[in-house]
Amino acid sequence: MKTFRIGGVHPAANKLSAGKAIEPLALPRQAVFPLSQHIGAPATPLVKKGDTVKVGTRIAEAGGFVSAPIFSSVSGKVNKIDSVIDASGYRKPAIYIDVEGDEWEPDIDRSTTLLKTCDLSPEEIVSRIKEAGIVGMGGACFPTHVKLSPPAGCKATCVIINGVECEPYLTADHRLMLEKPDEILVGICILMKAAKVNRAYIAIENNKPDAIRLLSEKAKAYAGIEVIPLQVKYPQGGEKQLIDAVIRRQVPAPPALPIHVGAIVQNVGTVFAIYEAVQKHKPLFERIVTVTGKSLKTPSNFLTRLGTPMSQLIEAAGGMPEDTGKVIGGGPMMGKALMSTDIPICKGSSGVLLMNEHEARRATPQPCIRCAKCVSVCPMGLEPYLLATCSAHGDWDRVEHEQIMSCIECGSCQFTCPSHRPILDNIRLGKGKVGAIIRARNTKK
Amino acid sequence: MNMILIAVVSLGAIGLVSAIVLYVASKKFAVYEDPRIAQVAEVLPQANCGGCGFPGCSGFAAACVKAGSLEGKLCPVGGQPTMEKVAAILGLKAEASEPKVAVVRCNGTCDNRPRLTQYDGVRSCVVANATGGGETGCFFGCLGYGDCANACQFGAIRINPQTGLPEVDETKCTACGACAKTCPRNIIEIRPRGKNNRRVYVQCVNKDKGALARKVCDAACIGCGKCVKTCPFEAITLENNLAYIDPAKCKACRKCEMECLQGAIVAVNFPPRKQRETVSAEIEQPEVKP
Repeated sequence: MKTFRIGGVHPAANKLSAGKAIEPLALPRQAVFPLSQHIGAPATPLVKKGDTVKVGTRIAEAGGFVSAPIFSSVSGKVNKIDSVIDASGYRKPAIYIDVEGDEWEPDIDRSTTLLKTCDLSPEEIVSRIKEAGIVGMGGACFPTHVKLSPPAGCKATCVIINGVECEPYLTADHRLMLEKPDEILVGICILMKAAKVNRAYIAIENNKPDAIRLLSEKAKAYAGIEVIPLQVKYPQGGEKQLIDAVIRRQVPAPPALPIHVGAIVQNVGTVFAIYEAVQKHKPLFERIVTVTGKSLKTPSNFLTRLGTPMSQLIEAAGGMPEDTGKVIGGGPMMGKALMSTDIPICKGSSGVLLMNEHEARRATPQPCIRCAKCVSVCPMGLEPYLLATCSAHGDWDRVEHEQIMSCIECGSCQFTCPSHRPILDNIRLGKGKVGAIIRARNTKK
Repeated sequence: MNMILIAVVSLGAIGLVSAIVLYVASKKFAVYEDPRIAQVAEVLPQANCGGCGFPGCSGFAAACVKAGSLEGKLCPVGGQPTMEKVAAILGLKAEASEPKVAVVRCNGTCDNRPRLTQYDGVRSCVVANATGGGETGCFFGCLGYGDCANACQFGAIRINPQTGLPEVDETKCTACGACAKTCPRNIIEIRPRGKNNRRVYVQCVNKDKGALARKVCDAACIGCGKCVKTCPFEAITLENNLAYIDPAKCKACRKCEMECLQGAIVAVNFPPRKQRETVSAEIEQPEVKP
């Protein structure tokens, strides 16, 4: 069975909510939409205080090519345009909407019938994806239309659909594959048309045999789509790792992109959003969020309107357990500890994880014992111990030379370190600094 | 006997040839270095702190000699006396400079600014700042992990465990600016020491709107603008909900300090106020902070 070739770790899966069907979550009383929910320029608001909006109304315009519009997930009145603390831990501009009723924009098709045929041209599909505000829903939030507009001289040969969900605890993609397989497959056909390719691979780790079975069965009806079962290994859901695992090609160091090896990778959640946007005229304003944790009463998967505060999801899953040590946005490996539970669900929020005090506690760092475990598990073939040390000492030239920008921040190094060293904390610092240096250099040119 | 003679002669010849080669090379490839650079470097404090903006004391000395004027050059550690000495060596005039000191523009003590979350990552301000907003609701204020204290070569700054804020020892501070450069939130400012070491400044860097700033910290500048109106010298400007006192214009009259409802403006090293004033301040206080 296939998997990626360099590094990787095996954290405990803990997929507590895998058996729980997706439930729609009740509407929030107030929805908050941060203006930067994606990589790239923040969106610019189109509404002002007192405006009435419906479900699916465009409330913010893309702020550039690498950016995405934002749509209201609720109907009601704009309360204010202010700031909110988002998952980054800082205050960012946001639109607040007070919810009144649930009135949808009339052109959204709310029926559940499967629309298989799509007569649009590839350009029309890409523009519809762009206008629906779709971004990568695996967590990176890279605008999807940018991925589908390859730079000159590059041509895609296949699309890879990421149904790996290698993060422990999270089950949102797994449930989506089980409950919406037909929509996903039609979405893949649309995506193949938009990318002008005739091969698609759905990559699923073999800890989800039910999803593999179901999709393989259904994919027989569609030409060019193949389900690839993969060996379980973290971080297989990383774009570059997945390309290596499925088509055995390695993406060179940045600024090279997956398209340079002829691959376009999209998450299953994104593919489902593409289906809804293209066939049902439904922009991206809701997503599936896993709420989970060992002490949580009922770990669940909720179909959540964007802008819902995380506290409402936690409440719906049985309330905050008393022994909660940390609330994590995302999974335990790549997620981020949150400052408060009032943070709204954004386009890239795949999960809310409540860690108990025992799990949340970070062990005291000990001196590095030069075991090189971090080097052997690094899926990018880097030397994490070196990057961390040089970053801590502010040697930015050295870390740039050592390819710090290739780091995908998967956390395998820190997970495996027997001395509990804060390797990734320091690498993230260095990556941020080096990124700023590179941007400054490029603008100077 | 013969063997000894051969050895002496041949070794002597080799020595002579080498000496000639070395002599010629030393003359031919000699690099002229202005002897004044060494002289200037000698009077510098040799702290190599980089506070002057040049790489170390010898770098500063070379720059002084090369530039031919001392305009804009100052050794913050040695201050005016050192610059006078440098000027004497070079036969130039030292620019009049004001002695400066590092000031910490945050008063978010544990009492003023309650901790809302707990950070358990690397104990370093730069890492914590990159990770998130910090443990309090104020995203502008001091994080308190002591990067500034670690950066100081003179032992002039330390974190007070009671307040969780850095404290500057004015007698040791040389205003080299290493702490200000390290601080990821630009809280530390290098300000003129002021007459008799007395200075007035805004002890806050929060740019949030007033209501929000007050909510997260009892000592935050809320940008009300009272100080701007009060100042008879137009030394105070208000930008992004934050007041700033221009040290060049400030005459240290302390009128703004009296006006500030939040106590965000501080005056240091002044003698205690006269009786009458303290009484009136006390009467005013209950109205301000119920």
